[in-house]
Amino acid sequence: MKFDIEMLFKNDLRIIVSTFIGISFLFIIVAMILGLDFNGTVNTIQRIMFLSAVYAMVVLALNLQWGYAGIFNIGVAGFMLSGVYTMAIITGDPNGLIPGLGLPIPIGIIGGVLVASLLGLLIAIPTLNLKADYLAIVTIGFAEIIRYTANALTFKTFSIAGVEMGTGAGRGIHLPMNPIRGIYYVDPSNLGLGKTVVGEYIFGFFEIIQVQSSVVVSWTYAIVLIFVVGLFYLVVYRIGNSPFGRVLKAIREDEMVANALGKNTDIYKMKVFAIGCGLMGLAGILWQGSYGYTNPTTFQPILTFYIFIALIIGGSGSNTGSVIGGVVFASLLFEGPNFVRRVIMHVFKFDQAPNSIIEAMVPISSLDFGPFIAYSLANISSLRVVFLGLVLVYIIQNRPDGLLGDRKELAASIDISRRPGAETKGGKGA
Amino acid sequence: MSISKVKKKKGVRKKYPLKVKNIGKKFGGISAVDNVSFSIEKGSITGLIGPNGAGKSTTFDLITGVTGADTGVIKFNGEDITGKRPYQIANIGLVRTFQITRELKEMTVMENVMLAPKNQIGQQLSSVLLSRGRRRVEDQEEEMLEKAWETLDIFHLDKLANEYAGNLSGGQRKLLEMARVMMMDPSMILLDEPMAGVNPTLKNQIITLIKKLSKKGYTFLLVEHDMDVVMNHCNPIIVMHNGGVILEGTPSEISTNERVIDAYLGGSE
Repeated sequence: MKFDIEMLFKNDLRIIVSTFIGISFLFIIVAMILGLDFNGTVNTIQRIMFLSAVYAMVVLALNLQWGYAGIFNIGVAGFMLSGVYTMAIITGDPNGLIPGLGLPIPIGIIGGVLVASLLGLLIAIPTLNLKADYLAIVTIGFAEIIRYTANALTFKTFSIAGVEMGTGAGRGIHLPMNPIRGIYYVDPSNLGLGKTVVGEYIFGFFEIIQVQSSVVVSWTYAIVLIFVVGLFYLVVYRIGNSPFGRVLKAIREDEMVANALGKNTDIYKMKVFAIGCGLMGLAGILWQGSYGYTNPTTFQPILTFYIFIALIIGGSGSNTGSVIGGVVFASLLFEGPNFVRRVIMHVFKFDQAPNSIIEAMVPISSLDFGPFIAYSLANISSLRVVFLGLVLVYIIQNRPDGLLGDRKELAASIDISRRPGAETKGGKGA
Repeated sequence: MSISKVKKKKGVRKKYPLKVKNIGKKFGGISAVDNVSFSIEKGSITGLIGPNGAGKSTTFDLITGVTGADTGVIKFNGEDITGKRPYQIANIGLVRTFQITRELKEMTVMENVMLAPKNQIGQQLSSVLLSRGRRRVEDQEEEMLEKAWETLDIFHLDKLANEYAGNLSGGQRKLLEMARVMMMDPSMILLDEPMAGVNPTLKNQIITLIKKLSKKGYTFLLVEHDMDVVMNHCNPIIVMHNGGVILEGTPSEISTNERVIDAYLGGSE
């Protein structure tokens, strides 16, 4: 039977923290089964935390558009790409293979966010009056145009007003060194030049417990991202739980009503679309920024659908649900299958997996299922999509509002469920 | 032409906040509303009746900007509102409810009601996002909350404040729609079949409420099929048929008119 989440945890922060801790604990067990050392365990959890934070950010941004205002934007990947690429071009080395503008990273980030949200606005103005499905077609079309543009050889390098720049086309584009490294190293691009004072101390400490310095650096970044998730949450929460959010909800429910009640719905939709797209751009920057390199293949439409699945699982319309959805998706559904494969391979000591489905199927006739299982596990990344589909079907049938979507998150700046002056009378009761 | 052509009736100078002149609307080849003109007197409860397909709801849509009129002029308090958007018209005090209730299902009754007030500071992004602005937003929310509770009391919805609007009964939804538009501080209210699907007790409550409000100076125009309600409580009554106005008059004039009886009140085939 369904377990009642609300009964288990009372407030939202506790739900989020418990989920984080629960999932970390799960992966500690997985790491133990796999026989990873302490460093490996810490690194595994870092990867999970990092990806969870990235998903939580994008899902929150999508929740603002789709969960609150009902704007069906399936061009999420395109807006993320716009942010990342703009940042890459702004910060790129002017003398590099793919030249950029050579400006500092903060300007790159701001530029990336602005471009993503301006593109959002550009799309919004002519299309927001379209019905949901038509808007969806336009947004996914737009996302693909952006991706193909980034992929096009024509734009590998180009010049605007004599300034050389480029997208690097299919080979991708370099991103600036993660500034987090600057905390620990004197010169982030040349680690050989030594560590800073902070680096000496912190690395020294973690060396004692046998955690490598590279893991410390990536953990630092993951912590920064978790902090940024908090900021995203705050922004979306403030927008959503306010009179502004009330109008967004009304637009989602019945735009005509909002209009008949004197709200200029077009303006609201444009604002929320631009903000959401800007946040998606920022999430893209923070995600790809840690890899030092990105390419158009990363931003295929499937990415958008992953984000939607995460939001549906978590509970569209709920910010806490969005974070939970992002975390659960990234850790259990996205990374999970890989770990399942590794655990099974490790525990059952499977031989080399067969190369083709035929080689995998033939032994079944002699009741030897080993090769088939090994084959399935080796192809688990393809099976993941099937698995995601099953989870989605289950969720939609059994918890259509998502894990946390059926909770009342009232769109108001104050508690409007109580009656002022009549203490405890207007409350929801026990 | 002078704009303020004050109508004289029996020497008393009356105010007509809503003036509709020669409006028309065609859908494809069909004239839904054809050359309709009328003026609504301030503080009146005017009934708009007619058989199905007479063009009553379309007339409402034209007045409130939901549909654009092909021809004609609509003036509200002297201001030309023809071609204005619904939100603009609502904001100058001319509001409506819908024939098929359009409650915001997944919002609570209180959220529905709190959506309506005009000039909410918290509908500006900057004041919502910055801590400094939020204080003022919260203060205004408190004020509106108080008014919202009073309004819910009036419409007997106070016990349902935290219920999702989608869970209300048909009659309660009608009440919610009315409560919502009242929160906008309108001066004129168009009600599209406020009594449809409402039980007799509630019907009486709604009528009492409308009468009370009209005495306070609110103007009502209502489309209604319930003849008892129309004949007993509306004056004047406008009768529409096939997209045009066939008669405007007092209940007794309407009930004795041949054309009206033919068109609507059950004339011979």
